[in-house]
Amino acid sequence: MMEATIPAIPVMAVAIRSPGYWKTVLLRFARDPLAVAAAAVVLLLILMAIFAPWLAPNDPLQGMTLRRLKPPGTEGYPLGTDELGRDMLSRLIYGARISLFMGIVPVFCALFIGAFIGITAGYAGGWLNTVLMRTIDVFFAFPSVLLAVAMAGALGPGIFNGMLALTLVFIPPIARVAESVTTSVRSLDYVEAARASGASAMLIIRKHVLGNVLGPIFVYAMSLIAVSMILASGLSFLGLGVKPPQPDWGLMLNTLRTALYTQPLLCALPGVMIFITSISFNLMTDGLRSAMDIKA
Amino acid sequence: MTPLLEVRGLEKRFTVKKGLFGGVRSYVSAVDGLDFDLHEGETLGVVGESGCGKSTTARLLLHLMKPTAGSIRFAGHAVGSPNLPLKEFRRQIQMVFQDSYASLNPRLTVEESIAFGPMVHGTARREAVPRAHALLDRVGLHPARFAGRFTHELSGGQRQRVNIARALAFRPRVLVLDEAVSALDKSVEAQVINLLLDLKEEFSLTYIVISHDLEVVRFMSSRVLVMYLGRVAELAPTETLYTQSRHPYTTALLGSLLSMDPDRRTEAAPISGDPPNPIDPPAGCRFHTRCPYAEAVCSRSAPVLTVEGAHAVACHRHNAASGSSGASQTEAV
Repeated sequence: MMEATIPAIPVMAVAIRSPGYWKTVLLRFARDPLAVAAAAVVLLLILMAIFAPWLAPNDPLQGMTLRRLKPPGTEGYPLGTDELGRDMLSRLIYGARISLFMGIVPVFCALFIGAFIGITAGYAGGWLNTVLMRTIDVFFAFPSVLLAVAMAGALGPGIFNGMLALTLVFIPPIARVAESVTTSVRSLDYVEAARASGASAMLIIRKHVLGNVLGPIFVYAMSLIAVSMILASGLSFLGLGVKPPQPDWGLMLNTLRTALYTQPLLCALPGVMIFITSISFNLMTDGLRSAMDIKA
Repeated sequence: MTPLLEVRGLEKRFTVKKGLFGGVRSYVSAVDGLDFDLHEGETLGVVGESGCGKSTTARLLLHLMKPTAGSIRFAGHAVGSPNLPLKEFRRQIQMVFQDSYASLNPRLTVEESIAFGPMVHGTARREAVPRAHALLDRVGLHPARFAGRFTHELSGGQRQRVNIARALAFRPRVLVLDEAVSALDKSVEAQVINLLLDLKEEFSLTYIVISHDLEVVRFMSSRVLVMYLGRVAELAPTETLYTQSRHPYTTALLGSLLSMDPDRRTEAAPISGDPPNPIDPPAGCRFHTRCPYAEAVCSRSAPVLTVEGAHAVACHRHNAASGSSGASQTEAV
């Protein structure tokens, strides 16, 4: 009687084609609502930065002393005006350009250099590993903020120098993660089997190591974007990054702090933007990490 | 006839502790002077306790590690000589690893994993992929269902079949099976062993079966090599070894086999304790610390491998020149 209810298993199964690694990851990612929401916010921020000239209601650089430090909700200036009477909304929209740029570009530069150093050290092992990794270790002796400030201070203020300083700050941690992941992958049997096949080191790295190593390194680098943005804001705050009058969230936080007692809400706005951006990047990275963690 | 593989004085030492100023303080001798031949078409079983150097030997044979000393000749040629470049040697000898999961790249599909080897050796993709499908079919996996899958979508037995297909794709002459069936459950293990035996005939392969499972080795091998702490203890044709073992270590190992016959049940453990620390191996015969027949001579000098017909054993009791009291007795009998 029970048997009748069990559905018959089709004997000839159709060809099973796995959807592919990245497609599987994407499907898993799509099932995580928080991560998807965070990714949407990140996308919106990026679109906002790209289309700033069309979105901003006013010129972000045009000030007027008559209308300085208006509170949010003022007629014509929905988010108020800053200490020089410039439209806050337009400045926040334009500020996304430099802030996101300073968050993403140094991390990607550091990702290329750091991953190269780390994978080389991890795959080669031996003395090359020791030389490269101990050199990297020297950078860990300094706190990252101090290192960025010292570097930017020595190079002089400016966007390019700020980016250079941040890139240098992020190379060591990325290299270290890349090295440890590569070392663990390298000792696995499939790399051993690939070596036994007679393939060259370059081919083994390309075909067997990179694919298994880049994912974790990339996820780690993504988590640094928020850190990079905050550090860049810090540099701008200290006058070492972006120079006025360019709109940058960190710099805006600095210049507006004098109005902290008179217009507290206004002062908080750039900070809120930094907060939203960094938490979105972090949540997105978190979701990506768990989506990539496919187990048998 | 030249043996397919000639191993002479093979040694591998790993440095364990380095001194303060780079002076080397201690070694582990994983493999310590191994001599044996592998003949075309045979199956050589290699048995021993964990840590005796079985897997290190496999990796040395495949040139995945550089030996500290010793030589390996393949079909009469030294590996790396103009007659036998390393890459060609690697095509001829392949290995199936114990961990079926770790030995397949999780990012590659089954067909990509199998086709990778031939493509390294210059086969075009459009030839290598159909061949991978044919091999999948041969190892009992339907190509249409399995070729596009990833490692984590397969069971342990299926993965090991893929690993076998991957190794066979090179068209090798020698296949090293390093505990290839040990991690599988018993029913699957039997299927895979039968598959391996069929493939051996079909592709005229020569096997080296490394295992701690004495029954598997007995079933598969034509000759068996018993290793103890990096050295050959005994080497003999399978039935001779299993019925007339000469080395006390082999006897003890065989004594650990469970018997179907209740009258033959053992009460005391045939061998006790762990193997000595290989960092500081015992002087003389390495087995003397656990050997029931140990005498003074055993801790003084290391026994040499004495060959008598097809049976080679490294024990003072079987070497009349050693001065062991056991030796004279066995000679008399």
